Amino acid sequence: MAEVQPQQGKRSNSRVIAWCMAGVVGMFAFGFALVPLYDVFCEITGINGKTGGRYETGVSNAVDANRTVTVQFLASNGPGMSWEFRPVTRSIRVHPGEPVTVNFYAENGTDEAMVGQAVPSLSPSEGTLYFHKTECFCFNQQPLEAGESTEMPLVFIVDPELPEHITKLTLSYTLYDQSQKAEVSGAVGAGKTTNNNG
Amino acid sequence: MSVHAKRAVALAAGLSSPAVVMADWTMNMSPGVTGTSNQIFSLHMTILWICVAIGVVVFGVMFWSIFAHRKSQGAKPANFHENTVVEILWTIIPFAILVAMAIPATATLVEMYDTTESDVDIKITGYQWRWQYEYINEDFGYFSSLSTPRDQIENRQAKGENYLLEVDNPLVIPVGKKVRFLLTANDVIHSWWVPEFGVKKDAIPGFINETWTRVDEPGIYRGQCTELCGKDHGFMPVVVEAVPEEEYNAWVAGQREAAEKERQLTEKDWTMDELMARGEKAYQTACAACHQADGSGMPPAFPALKGSPIATGEMDAHIDIVVNGKSGTAMQAFGNQLSEVDLAAVITYERNAWGNNTGDMVTPKEIFDYKNQE
Amino acid sequence: MSAVADTHSQEHHHGPAKGISRWLLTTNHKDIGSMYLIFSFAMFLLGGSMAMVIRAELFQPGLQIVQPEFFNQMTTMHGLIMVFGAVMPAFVGLANWMLPLMVGAPDMALPRMNNWSFWLLPCAFLILVSTLFMQGGAPNFGWTFYAPLSTTYGPPSTTFFIFAVHIMGVSSIMGAINVIATILNMRAPGMTLMKMPLFVWTWLITAFLLIAVMPVLAGVVTMMLMDINFGTSFFDASGGGDPVLFQHVFWFFGHPEVYIMILPAFGAISHIVSAFSRKPLFGYASMVYAVGAIALLSFIVWAHHMFTVGIPLAGQLFFMYATMLIAVPTGVKVFNWVTTMFRGSLSFEAPMLFAVAFIILFTIGGFSGLMLAIAPADFQYHDTYFVVAHFHYVLVPGAIFGIFASAYFWLPKWTGHMYDETLAKTHFWLSFIGMNLAFFPMHFLGLAGMPRRIPDYALQFTDFNMISSIGAFMFGATQLLFLFIVVKCVRGGEKAPAKPWDGAEGLEWTVPSPAPYHTFSTPPDVK
Repeated sequence: MAEVQPQQGKRSNSRVIAWCMAGVVGMFAFGFALVPLYDVFCEITGINGKTGGRYETGVSNAVDANRTVTVQFLASNGPGMSWEFRPVTRSIRVHPGEPVTVNFYAENGTDEAMVGQAVPSLSPSEGTLYFHKTECFCFNQQPLEAGESTEMPLVFIVDPELPEHITKLTLSYTLYDQSQKAEVSGAVGAGKTTNNNG
Repeated sequence: MSVHAKRAVALAAGLSSPAVVMADWTMNMSPGVTGTSNQIFSLHMTILWICVAIGVVVFGVMFWSIFAHRKSQGAKPANFHENTVVEILWTIIPFAILVAMAIPATATLVEMYDTTESDVDIKITGYQWRWQYEYINEDFGYFSSLSTPRDQIENRQAKGENYLLEVDNPLVIPVGKKVRFLLTANDVIHSWWVPEFGVKKDAIPGFINETWTRVDEPGIYRGQCTELCGKDHGFMPVVVEAVPEEEYNAWVAGQREAAEKERQLTEKDWTMDELMARGEKAYQTACAACHQADGSGMPPAFPALKGSPIATGEMDAHIDIVVNGKSGTAMQAFGNQLSEVDLAAVITYERNAWGNNTGDMVTPKEIFDYKNQE
Repeated sequence: MSAVADTHSQEHHHGPAKGISRWLLTTNHKDIGSMYLIFSFAMFLLGGSMAMVIRAELFQPGLQIVQPEFFNQMTTMHGLIMVFGAVMPAFVGLANWMLPLMVGAPDMALPRMNNWSFWLLPCAFLILVSTLFMQGGAPNFGWTFYAPLSTTYGPPSTTFFIFAVHIMGVSSIMGAINVIATILNMRAPGMTLMKMPLFVWTWLITAFLLIAVMPVLAGVVTMMLMDINFGTSFFDASGGGDPVLFQHVFWFFGHPEVYIMILPAFGAISHIVSAFSRKPLFGYASMVYAVGAIALLSFIVWAHHMFTVGIPLAGQLFFMYATMLIAVPTGVKVFNWVTTMFRGSLSFEAPMLFAVAFIILFTIGGFSGLMLAIAPADFQYHDTYFVVAHFHYVLVPGAIFGIFASAYFWLPKWTGHMYDETLAKTHFWLSFIGMNLAFFPMHFLGLAGMPRRIPDYALQFTDFNMISSIGAFMFGATQLLFLFIVVKCVRGGEKAPAKPWDGAEGLEWTVPSPAPYHTFSTPPDVK
């Protein structure tokens, strides 16, 4: 071994190292790729209840008047968020296929201007794929002056394809204080947040 | 080992403690009081016995070898080391057993996921370190926090029967009705568990989860938070009172009335002593976990209130931090969590307790005005 | 690197260098193996003393010894130190010592890298342990460091924790590359893959697992680092992230990680059972395939740690079935070990005692694992002491007993002396009783409803907690006896022959005891 093999050993050692390092780099990248992959996966399957972005009504949906689905609205505040935030309509019965408008009320009771960002979540998550928003305050950040209040609209359509066994959908919004982030990162941060939340 | 044998072992080890008197020797899962929990229990027992049976066979062969094939007793080793038929057999048989186990498990799981046709919907929000229950169709809600006194936890007082499993305001639900829970969290992930219902679900900040239960027997059921959520993870129990429907309806009416009364209390003229007394109580439930009962805090995360610039300084700044919280820190906004009365009481208490003697007093009315003038 | 490899392949039989530089600069696989083992034992004692703090606090209800925030630091550090500081380095140490001896190689393939990968470890743990003395304390979010508790709500020391994890990750990856290169390139002529000893096989598969998942761990802590310090929102719902994503990525690493901690023990136990049964291992080929199957399955079962986070039904079912499937190859291994013992000629020296206990107790841990795999039942077991009992049953009598068995099995080869058999048997029985006393009652506690990671508990859990604490103290104290036995064995004792166990097979027994500083400079011939 001493005289002959080291030459071979050396060559194949560097090959093994190269392959292993490729594996390491690949898996590190894969770890990060899991983030967009997870998002894509969730978008296709709707598993985490994160509702999708703006729905383009390309296909005209036939209204299924024979069926009604209850849609329930919840509002929560994130940590440190002191606005009053609640749905104006607590729950509504809709026919799949019809566009429906509801409002959420928000009031900035503090004495400084703030920026809020609502993050949606739908339960059961299986219904996420069939809940389309054509207009939502959650697409954008919501700035409010001190003491200002507003009613924020949400327009949605429940897809007629919604599986039969789902009779009630619960849409929950959590409102987060983004004042500091908005100040620091300005428009760029706002844009990114909007895209992610859709 | 029998229960008696265990007790003997414990005693033989020289253990004598007041706590032993209170103890029991619960060794198995409770079958619980709901259809789901009963199904889970029977699954659990089935799997347990299957495992025991496999264990008896495998360890039986092993112990037979240990006793019969010892070198010290002159055993000569055989030389076999392969048998394809045997290998295939002990791949297929366990596989078949697994399939048999998967069938009932699947059926139970499908049922657990069926949240449709609920009678009562309750939103549960996890906070560090208490639960908020909101009856979303009834327009009221409240916080539920540990009511075990600090003195019991720190061994200055004998521990009560429901030590660490008692709260100030339990969740109340009607028996025989399908109750749907919608779970979320404010800060970190919590998990809401009542063993006797067979219900455990994570409460995740920014996301909503749902689960359900139908309790058959009235009673008080106790559980705990089961996801590590920080310092007081062990101190945020769940207590649920299942009551007959009429009683539930009366209770709901009472809650609505109480909410109204709370609004009237805001108008009442409060004295310093009344506020201090109420404030101490509210402080113990809402603030003492972090700022400590004696106001000494746990710097740097949780600053001391005793002699602090905020509690002894400008009144408005003090009200502001309690009502609106301080972003970027653990200090939450209590404006939506406590009533005006409790806010006024807590602030008054903090400004006068532990030698902070500022002599300041703030009334519920002033808090109400503060919140609305903003 | 190549220069080093060249000098080492020269046939000059110099002994070890003198003084501290021998240990700092050594590229000798035996020196590095010993350092890994010593380091791992030191970490075992450190992590163990943290467990003692935990068990002391849980001895009685109420807060007696530590406050909840320190208790959380103890559970977190105990987990991290035991997983990354004790078990993993111990197996790397065994690999360093034994792989070259088992495949007939003069040293590891990459000796210089071997030195680095060891010396990174003390640095990593110095950083990790130093967080205990920092403002705000050490990491307190559990060894699974779920976001957002570890990000938005983590202590200031979290950044140091992340740095430490990065360093130990680099160390593990370098160690794994070394193992793969050694096994693929340095085998003696004639040793085909299917002639390799099982310890070599299991380590080869473990090394591939390490390369596959340690970078994912590095990725997840990097994302945490960015969330904490650079304003990203991977795991923060307010910025469009998802805390559940953290758990998916973490457990994608975490589940293969638990097999990383057990597969090498499978290999070592196979040798020991066969040696003390004086009978060849039953089903060598099926053992290799079973390990491969376990390793592959470990990549598609991660979400069984997350049954309560609200995964939809279809996902829940998939992960339940996949997890149950792991029982099949694991069962095959247990059946093979038992059949190896069957109609053998058994004797029960310390390594065999630990190996038999391994098989029995690991199987019990496997049973509770199977129960945990049943998703509906897991809703009751999840995050209770039942889970704590389960993973301590697979890790203590699994990984740790596997390491003890290996240590006693190969100590004569390492030191040239026989260890004190009476003391070793005492060590075994005390460990066995202490371990069962400590962890068996935890099954009952979990089923009765005690959540894990709590510093104080309701009164109905008192008695089993007391028993558990007594068992834990007993197990903990017993490990000092192991230290004494090893020191005694290093310093002297009955001379060990080249092959002290009459039933043992393999190249490592063909070199004298203690193994000379350089072995197999000329490769042996394997028939």
